[in-house]
Amino acid sequence: MEAIQLFFLKNALQMKNNIIHYCNIKNSEVYLDGKKLYSAKGEEQFSSFIKGVYKNFDLDYPKFYKMDPLCKLAITTSSILLEGIKDNIDPNMAIVLSNKSSCIDVDLKHQASISQGDESYASPANFVYTLPNIALGEISIKYKLRSENSFFIFDGFNPEFLIKYANSLTLLGKSNSVLCGWIEVVENEYNAFMFIVKQETGIAFTKENLIKLI
Amino acid sequence: MEELKKELKEKIIAALNLEDMSSGDINDTDMLFEEGLGLDSIDALELIIILDKDYGIKLTDSKDGRKIFQTIETMAQYIADHRTK
Amino acid sequence: MNLTQNKIPVYVTNGTCVTPLGINLIDNIQGIKDGRVAISKNIDNNLQKDPFYGAVINKELLNKTFSNLKYEGQFSTLEKMMLLAIDEIANNFKGQFNDKCGIIISSTKGNVDALSTDNRETYFLHHLAKKVSNAIGLETEPIVLSNACVSGIMAISIAKRLIQSGSYNHFIVVGGDLFSKFVFSGFQSFQAISSEPCKPYDKARDGITLGEASAAIFVTKDRALTQANSCYEVIGDSSINDANHISGPSRTGEGLFQSVDNAMKEAQIDSSAIDCISSHGTATNYNDEMEAQAYNRAALEKTPVFSLKAFFGHTLGAAGLLEAVISLAFADEDLIPPSLGYNEHGLTLPLNINNKIQEKKVEIILKTASGFGGSNTAVLFKKCITDEK
Repeated sequence: MEAIQLFFLKNALQMKNNIIHYCNIKNSEVYLDGKKLYSAKGEEQFSSFIKGVYKNFDLDYPKFYKMDPLCKLAITTSSILLEGIKDNIDPNMAIVLSNKSSCIDVDLKHQASISQGDESYASPANFVYTLPNIALGEISIKYKLRSENSFFIFDGFNPEFLIKYANSLTLLGKSNSVLCGWIEVVENEYNAFMFIVKQETGIAFTKENLIKLI
Repeated sequence: MEELKKELKEKIIAALNLEDMSSGDINDTDMLFEEGLGLDSIDALELIIILDKDYGIKLTDSKDGRKIFQTIETMAQYIADHRTK
Repeated sequence: MNLTQNKIPVYVTNGTCVTPLGINLIDNIQGIKDGRVAISKNIDNNLQKDPFYGAVINKELLNKTFSNLKYEGQFSTLEKMMLLAIDEIANNFKGQFNDKCGIIISSTKGNVDALSTDNRETYFLHHLAKKVSNAIGLETEPIVLSNACVSGIMAISIAKRLIQSGSYNHFIVVGGDLFSKFVFSGFQSFQAISSEPCKPYDKARDGITLGEASAAIFVTKDRALTQANSCYEVIGDSSINDANHISGPSRTGEGLFQSVDNAMKEAQIDSSAIDCISSHGTATNYNDEMEAQAYNRAALEKTPVFSLKAFFGHTLGAAGLLEAVISLAFADEDLIPPSLGYNEHGLTLPLNINNKIQEKKVEIILKTASGFGGSNTAVLFKKCITDEK
């Protein structure tokens, strides 16, 4: 092999994961790759806000209405993030999501429904959402992603872990790209930050950059 | 029976989060599952809860549900025949 | 850089567990050999008027045993269960506690009992994780995996990947979940609770029996740290989502099949090399049938398979880990545990359900699990050869 070919091969093999796209939903606004795409300043209620985002971006996915707040936030963020590359998504793209509060809103709803004494009736449509990884399932179903996915809980956004784990997935050949995220919602407080990492040009996948972007 | 059918439509819209729908949008003979409204297995379980909670009917075999929940018409008829509330 | 060809080996050792059958592994193994089960008929008016089947730990015994361990401070029931499970591991491997030794805690609902109290803080899984890791003096940030019923076995997979990619050298992996009204009522609304103790793969099966348990294991790259009679290399692992439905498994077992297939490819083995399968076998109509589909597609229909859920109930976030620990302990003695509750084949495809304790040279064990959200995990364990140490 010629020296120049060897050089490119070595470079390709050693290329690190970079952040190729990212989406933020917080403070009543939606950003894609740092550009503001939607604002509903003054909309304090999460449920109205996220419905507004769904309609504004024409997500056309009626299942949205059945979802709990965590899944609504996850499916909305991922839909906006993936829209631009939807014909070019790696079929084995792994999904790694995380948050602090699990799915507390629907947990409390379910808890309330079973605490009514003789009038207690658990709702299957509620109960099915009382696991944070359902958000992974909803994204997988929408984009037909038969891939690795896991949901982690930390007491705050943990960029070091996401970097270590996402890099391990591509390094070990489990996936070619990783959709990572911090999806946190408790009542009307919410913060969604999702990004895709891949061995392509992009923003360096470092703790400093993740902290800047969230 | 008309009252019961309207009540059922409203309950279904609320319980199954059928956003942007009103009772006028659901016809008595529309298929609820498969085509028509396109409800799924979790929705079927939710309808079983409605039968118990609001009409006092306990359905222990969800397979029976398929016949009963075919349309609003079949559901209303079953409830009228078996309700204890 | 790509490590698909040159991965360092990762081992598991020193599995432990806490269940209604016993507060240590030996009691649990003996219990199964004696034909005793963790599932019992219970009465609890806080749960429902009628009696119910469940695997519920004796809390008086739990509290008494825990108080002998001398951990300072107040701990919830689940935290006690987890500390009882990791106590021995923490003592054995304290010398490895540094910033390359991590802890992964697997749980679906954690201190779910806190939801009905004013003590909201203890509901949070990271709070539970910090309590447990602080109690044993481990300073690295605890990692909580909350991924439905695959969490317990997936946690071993996560540990392996983080070790092989160089971020860590060792992990304590601990899993646990409570028997709760929260979960029981939910599965009841799904009409998925069995009227009798559950019967995985049986024609008369009619749903799950819930249970509570905790389990733990030590995962390491250092072969020298493994115990002589309890050492297995994790030779393959994969978790592929069905991408089909959030609560129903794929009818063709797509995700589970791909997980098993990937794990075998990574281990560079074919199905004939697998000596037995510790399956998920929850005893719902759909799950057991889905597993039959997946195992047949992977040419595993003749491999002895067993579900431990008729012994322990479905222990949610503990299940994958508890069942792996038990399976490996039986494999230590070249035994395959029985798949209790199976009398008449209730699947449309054949499977070799191992319905009594079998003596067999066991070298490679497949552990699988499936869960809500379309999750599936397959992990392959290979017994270490002792003279290689």
